[in-house]
Amino acid sequence: MKDIPALARGCAVLGTGGGGDVRTGALAAVRAIEAHGEVPLVRLADLPEDALIVPLSGIGAPTVSHEMIHGEDEPRRVAEEVERIFGRPPAAIMSSEIGGANGVAPVAWAAQLGLPLLDADGMGRAFPEVQMVSMYVAGLPADLVVMSDIVGNVVTIRPVDGLWSERLARAVCVAAGSHALMADYVLTAARARGAVIEGTVTRALEIGRATEGVAEPLAALQRRLGAARLITGKLTDVERRTTGGFVRGTATIEGTGDDRGRTLRLELQNENLVAVEDGEVRAMVPDLVTVVDTETAAAIQTEGLRYGQRVAVLAWPCDPLWRTPKGLETAGPRAFGYDLDYVPVEELVKEESRG
Amino acid sequence: MAEGDLRVGIDVGGTNTDAVVLDASDRVIAKAKRPTSPDVTRGLRAALDAVLAELTPYGTDPAGSGPGAAHAVWSRITRVMLGTTHATNAILERRNLGRVAVLRLGAPATTSVPPLSDWPADLREVVSAGEAVVPGGHYVDGREIGPLDPDAVRRFLDGVAADAVAVTSVFSPANDEHERVVEELVRREYGLPVSVSHELGSLGLLERENATVLNAALYTVAGHVISALTTALAERGLPARPYLAQNDGTLMTVEHAARLPVSTIGSGPANSLRGAAFLSGVEDAIVADVGGTSTDLGVLVGGFPRESAAAVEIGGVLTNFRMPDILAIALGGGSVVRGHAVGPDSVGYRIAEEALVFGGGTLTLTDAAVAAGRLPPGASGWRERLEAAVTAADMSEDIRDTLQRALAVADELALDAVDRMALGRADRPLVAVGGGAFLLPARIPGVSRVVRPEHAEVANAVGAAIALASGRVDTIMPAGESRSKAIERVKEEAAARAVAAGADPSGVQIVDLLEVPLSYLSEPAVRVHVKAAGPLAR
Repeated sequence: MKDIPALARGCAVLGTGGGGDVRTGALAAVRAIEAHGEVPLVRLADLPEDALIVPLSGIGAPTVSHEMIHGEDEPRRVAEEVERIFGRPPAAIMSSEIGGANGVAPVAWAAQLGLPLLDADGMGRAFPEVQMVSMYVAGLPADLVVMSDIVGNVVTIRPVDGLWSERLARAVCVAAGSHALMADYVLTAARARGAVIEGTVTRALEIGRATEGVAEPLAALQRRLGAARLITGKLTDVERRTTGGFVRGTATIEGTGDDRGRTLRLELQNENLVAVEDGEVRAMVPDLVTVVDTETAAAIQTEGLRYGQRVAVLAWPCDPLWRTPKGLETAGPRAFGYDLDYVPVEELVKEESRG
Repeated sequence: MAEGDLRVGIDVGGTNTDAVVLDASDRVIAKAKRPTSPDVTRGLRAALDAVLAELTPYGTDPAGSGPGAAHAVWSRITRVMLGTTHATNAILERRNLGRVAVLRLGAPATTSVPPLSDWPADLREVVSAGEAVVPGGHYVDGREIGPLDPDAVRRFLDGVAADAVAVTSVFSPANDEHERVVEELVRREYGLPVSVSHELGSLGLLERENATVLNAALYTVAGHVISALTTALAERGLPARPYLAQNDGTLMTVEHAARLPVSTIGSGPANSLRGAAFLSGVEDAIVADVGGTSTDLGVLVGGFPRESAAAVEIGGVLTNFRMPDILAIALGGGSVVRGHAVGPDSVGYRIAEEALVFGGGTLTLTDAAVAAGRLPPGASGWRERLEAAVTAADMSEDIRDTLQRALAVADELALDAVDRMALGRADRPLVAVGGGAFLLPARIPGVSRVVRPEHAEVANAVGAAIALASGRVDTIMPAGESRSKAIERVKEEAAARAVAAGADPSGVQIVDLLEVPLSYLSEPAVRVHVKAAGPLAR
């Protein structure tokens, strides 16, 4: 797990514009590995049936997490509470959200606890709400949330469902200064099968390594992702507004080179959610849409989008779990307020090339 | 002889140190250019002497010329404004930096990323006298994370040997109380200079902390610069008050600069943008500062530089400094032409010997521009020398062809850079300044016209001479009903800071007010950034 910079780059790509800045998490990971040693990456198949997996994520306001950074003791307090509840210590840490900051920071948390990191996560990307995880889609009960804040408070919530889980966790987070560490859907390896998205840490690492020292990083990244390039061009307009605690907006990209004359519009809400060209949807959530720099192929966050940037927009399929009826109900276009019937990106892109 | 004050502006650039003298009605009455010396100070003195020498005849009537005449003019110089790279060079070369005790107030928060985690090892080695995270700091809403522990501060400082202390408290832009208490403690009990983060940066703990530590490390360098400047003025019998230019194109008194030396970093591009605005009379424009090796493009909004939204790296350290949004491209008068390519290498200051137009043997971008009829004002003999050199060569047609193609490549690079900075707006002019301003084409798509003002080659020194003093505040406040009152308070604070930096209280205006709503907070909150600026007090 020495390859933190590659992991951070990969997590930024999987963040689809959101998930928070990977830099602080990467610094924490490097520091924790220096202090506590390497973090082994384990596959779900390698864990005994009753091994306890703790999905961890930081929740709160991005502005706050850049200022009031996590303390080193937070993971230990969560782990101790989990052990108190289950009567045995956790066996592995898992990232709840591989996209963005919450993809990298679990390396630090695992190192601080001396535990392995599970090669899996709960999203395969980034989503803004607590219930938008594979464990919820798989039907696991959202009946336990353990949170720790920076001063040492530990809060255990026994919610009746996923929506209450989101509501109560958010309230605790705000009281704690809009920044907390959270474990939810603590589960055994047996229950995790089919309920987590496997191999995503490895995938993030591979994505990050794909652009290392190559002549054409963008082409290399596109190949590694198996992504369609929706457009290559220039950002000509970014409009943002904050409603209901979320930043929404629209970004317009005008094609250059072979794409001259084309215009792609991206709908943003923390993440890049829908790509539209000439009134036709080209890709939509839960499929992944990431804006990258044309030269470095580094992912650009929605808040980093600026006029004049030379960018390519890549889109590729999400995990099949998100394409099930429950998956689409949880994180499909309608879950974000778009009146669209979900069509997989492969089909949208194919139609385009035929037309 | 004209009455009134004279001002000297000096700008130390990578290649040249420029100096100008402006009269009371802001006319450029003397200018000079000298090579920048490795120690910076020698080039500064040379440029100052050169501009003073040029000034001497001005306003001196023939009958009055004599040993005393020069001093009669010099005595009218009331201010000297300096923009310098001393601080930048010190950080880049890791020289003359002070050892800093790095103190963060925020434990148990923030301990997962200790101070200086992201610093290059060599810089950290030179600068850090030790680091500690002790209890203190505040939440986003202004509540204390925990009480300050003065004994923890003392225990840390008792164990380190430092030249200065840098103090960064969590959310100090919203509540600076703990930083102030520790600052007072360190001064009283340890007698060390203290750099406090709320005076320096905005939200983003690590970036603000980095800027604070760099600032503390630069106290020695700031002392050198200020004493070099004041000594140079005293030696020449100039009764002028000295000022230093900062990264946003405004000035600060030397007393202020001694506290905030890191603010001098990035003053060069800011000065050239402000100078371009002043010389052209255009307040909203794209500015291209064309030098010998590179061209810096920036944008003027209301006469001030548009600031970069991205974090700025200084010597490998990320800071949240507000710097002009600059796009630098490797294109300058000395860019070497070969095949159909231009640069990125340049003959630099050797252009005066190496370019064909100066009788040398290297094809440069200057030669390509002159071949196409683009010449600086007052250039004599350039075309003839170029024609002679090309005609004498074996393959003169090939050379002509190469120069022509190279210029097309260079124009394309410049056009693309202008387009990147223009943000889709095509109604603004392009102001071309710097020694290589003539290299740019007369028509550029994406701008309304190309303006090449008089004295363009010393725009940066002019920018220093005409600069205002400013102050800024960046904080978080509730978005509710109390908002407008709170914003008034922030405006007053920014104005007070401008006055502290040297502005005339009666002339201070709010020049920038930015409100950004914050996401994921229960209580609606906004981040407010206010900047006030005004002319220097008499």
